[in-house]
Amino acid sequence: MDLQILLLLGQDGITNGAIYALLALALVLVFAVTRVIFIPQGEFVAYGALTLASLQTGKVPGTIWLLLALGSTVAVLDGYRLLREKRFAKLPPLLIFNVGLPLLAAAGLFAMPPDQLPLWAQAVVAMLLVIPLGPMIYRVAFQPLASASVLVLLIVSIAVHVTLIGLGLLFFGAEGSRTPPFTEISFELAGAPLQGQTILVVVASALLIIGLYFFFERTIYGKALRATAMNRTGARLMGIPPALAGKLCFTLAAAIGAFSGILIAPITTIYYDSGFLIGLKGFVGAIIGGLASYPVAALGALLVGLLESYSSFYASAFKEVIVFTLIIPVLLWRSLTSKHIEEEEE
Amino acid sequence: MKKTLLATLLSTFAVGALADINIGVTLSATGPAASLGIPEKNTIDLLPKTIAGQKVNYIVLDDASDTTTAVKNAKKLISENKVDLIIGSTTTPNSLAMIDVAAEGETPMIAMAAAARIVEPMDEKRKWVFKTPQNDAQMSTAIVEHMTNNNVTTVAFIGFSDAYGEGWWKEFSKLAEVRKIKLVANERFNRTDTSVTGQVLKVLSAKPDAILIGGAGTPAALPQKSLKEKGYKGIIYQTHGVANNDFLRVCGKDCEGTVLPSGPMLVAAQLPADNPVKKSALEYVGKYEAVHGKGSVNAFGGYAWDAGMLFANAAPVALKKAQPGSREFRLALRDALEGTANLAGSHGVFNMSPSDHLGLDQRARVMVTIQQGTWKLAR
Repeated sequence: MDLQILLLLGQDGITNGAIYALLALALVLVFAVTRVIFIPQGEFVAYGALTLASLQTGKVPGTIWLLLALGSTVAVLDGYRLLREKRFAKLPPLLIFNVGLPLLAAAGLFAMPPDQLPLWAQAVVAMLLVIPLGPMIYRVAFQPLASASVLVLLIVSIAVHVTLIGLGLLFFGAEGSRTPPFTEISFELAGAPLQGQTILVVVASALLIIGLYFFFERTIYGKALRATAMNRTGARLMGIPPALAGKLCFTLAAAIGAFSGILIAPITTIYYDSGFLIGLKGFVGAIIGGLASYPVAALGALLVGLLESYSSFYASAFKEVIVFTLIIPVLLWRSLTSKHIEEEEE
Repeated sequence: MKKTLLATLLSTFAVGALADINIGVTLSATGPAASLGIPEKNTIDLLPKTIAGQKVNYIVLDDASDTTTAVKNAKKLISENKVDLIIGSTTTPNSLAMIDVAAEGETPMIAMAAAARIVEPMDEKRKWVFKTPQNDAQMSTAIVEHMTNNNVTTVAFIGFSDAYGEGWWKEFSKLAEVRKIKLVANERFNRTDTSVTGQVLKVLSAKPDAILIGGAGTPAALPQKSLKEKGYKGIIYQTHGVANNDFLRVCGKDCEGTVLPSGPMLVAAQLPADNPVKKSALEYVGKYEAVHGKGSVNAFGGYAWDAGMLFANAAPVALKKAQPGSREFRLALRDALEGTANLAGSHGVFNMSPSDHLGLDQRARVMVTIQQGTWKLAR
C-alpha cells in the first residue's frame, strides 16, 4: 500500500461517489415532494447509458417505443378528462407534447442514421428520449395514487422498477454496452494517472449540483417544489398544483438519472439491470441524509463511493456487504438522535 | 385408394396424437443469466421436429435465472406435460436444484450448465442427469498447460464473487499448485460492479506474470480494461465464459492478445479438416446464423444444440423399446443416452458411460487468442 494506490483508490471512489451523490439528490427530491421512495431512479441511469450506446451502434433505441406508448397513454387519460370537462383549448398542447413530439422523434430517428451525429449530439438525443419518461411515469403510475400512504407508493415504485427492468432487457438485450469516452486526455497527479473522463464526471456532477441549487433558490418553479416539499397542503392553498410539482420533480429525477448514465457509460459497462445497484448506493447516501437533507445526502453518497473503493482493495469479496452494512449504524444513530415525525397527513 | 390414403392419414394422426415425444425445456431467458439463456432458447427452435417418424414437441419455459422457478418448472413439466426428457437449466445452481425433481419423476435430464457437480459423483439420483458443457477442470487444465508452456510462474486471479468465480478458483488453484505455479493474489468482483480499480491495484501490486479473469460474458471485460488502463503488460487469461461476440464488442482493443480455452465451435471454421468436431460444429453454426444473422452464434447455444443432438441420437433406440409418454420409454431413453458413443456435437465428441454422464474428452477444448477483434485458434 503506497501513496499512489491510496490516491488512485480515492480518485475512483470520488468518481463513483459523484454519481451516487447525483442519484441521492434525485431520491431526496422525489421523496420530499411526492413521498415516493423512487426505486426506479437507477433505471434512468441504465436507460440513458444504453440509449446512447444503441444510438452509437446506429440502432433505433427501444426507448422510443416506450416513449410513444407512455405518451399515448397519458394523452388518452388526460384527453378523456379534458373532453368530459369540455376544456378543449388544452387538448392541442396535450397531444403535441405527449404524442406529436415522440412521433416526430421516432420519424427523425428512422429518417437519419443516428450514428452519423457527433458524440455530444447523440448524448443530447439520448437525454431527450429518456427525460420525458419521468413525468409520463408519474402521470400513469403515481398521480392517481398521489395521496396514498408511503407504503402503497413504495409498492407501486417497485412495480415500476420491475417493469422497467423487463422492458430494458427487451429493448437493449442481455449484454452490456460501453460508449467511447468524451475525452481521451489524461494527467499525472502526484505520480498517479488521472483520466480526463474522471475529471469530467466530477466537474459535471458539481456543476449540476450548483445548477440545482440555483434552480431551487432563484426560480419560481424551484421555489414551488420547495414549498410543496415543506407543506403539501399549504402549497396547494397557495395555488401550486400537486400534479405539476410531481411531474416537475420526476422530470428532474429522470434528467439527473439519464445524465449520470451518460457520464459513467464510458468508464464502465452498463447492463439493462445495472441501474438498480447504482441507484441503491445512491439510496444509502440519501438515507444518511435522512431522505431530507440535500448536502448530507450528497456527502453520504460520496462516503459510500469512497468506502466502496477502499473496501474493494482490502476485502473485495465483502465489498457490497461493507457498503450496505453502513446503513445500520446510520439508522441506529438517526433513530436515537431524532424524534419521530408522523409522515401521514390523514 | 382414396380410402386407404385417408385411413393412413387418420392412423398417422391417431398415432401422432397418442405418442408424440414431449421435451420440456427450462432455461434462463431473463434475469442475470439471460445472455446465456437467449441463444439457448433460439437454438431449441432449430432442433429437429421429427425423429424416426415421431413428432417431437418442445415445451419451453423461462426460469428467469431463479432456482425456485427452475424447480417449479421442472415439476410442472413432469407432472402436467408428462415430458419424456427435460433439457435445462442454463445455470449451475438451477440445474443442481432440478436433479431431485428429475430423479423423483424418473425423467432423464440434460443440463446446459458447466459445473462437474451436476453429474459427479454418480449416484442413484444423478443416474438420470446428463450435461453438455465441458467441466471447468477440463478448461483449467488447458489454461495451466498454456501457462507452463509460456514460462508463467506467478499468477493472480480475479473472479466473480459467485459460484462461477469460486468454482474456477477451486479448480484452477488445485491444478496450478501441482504444476508449481505460484498464486499471488485472489480477488473477487460482482457482475454489476461499476469499478474494479481496488481489485486491479491489489493484483498489480503482487506483480504476477499472468492474470486469470474468472468471469463470464461482458462483465469479464471490466477488469481487463482496468488492467490495461493501469498499464499491465503480462498475459491475461479469460475463461470460456466470455466466448461470445458481445465480449469482443465491449472489450475492444483492450482484449488484444487475450488467451482463453473454449469449445472448438468458437473457431470451427479454422479447425483442421480432419478434426471430428469441425463438420458437426459448422452444421450448427450454419443453421443458427441462417436464422439470426452472421456472427450471431455463440458457445452457449451450442450447449443446447448438443443436448438436442444427444436426444436425437438416443430417441430412435428408445422408440424400439417403448412408446413415448410411458415410464418404460423414459427408462429406455435414459439407457440410450448413457450408451451414447462417438457422437460429434458442436462442442466435442460424446462417449457416455454409466460413470461418465458428460462424455467429452480433450477434443472438446482448444486454446484461442483474440487477435484484431476476432477469435483465432492458437496452434
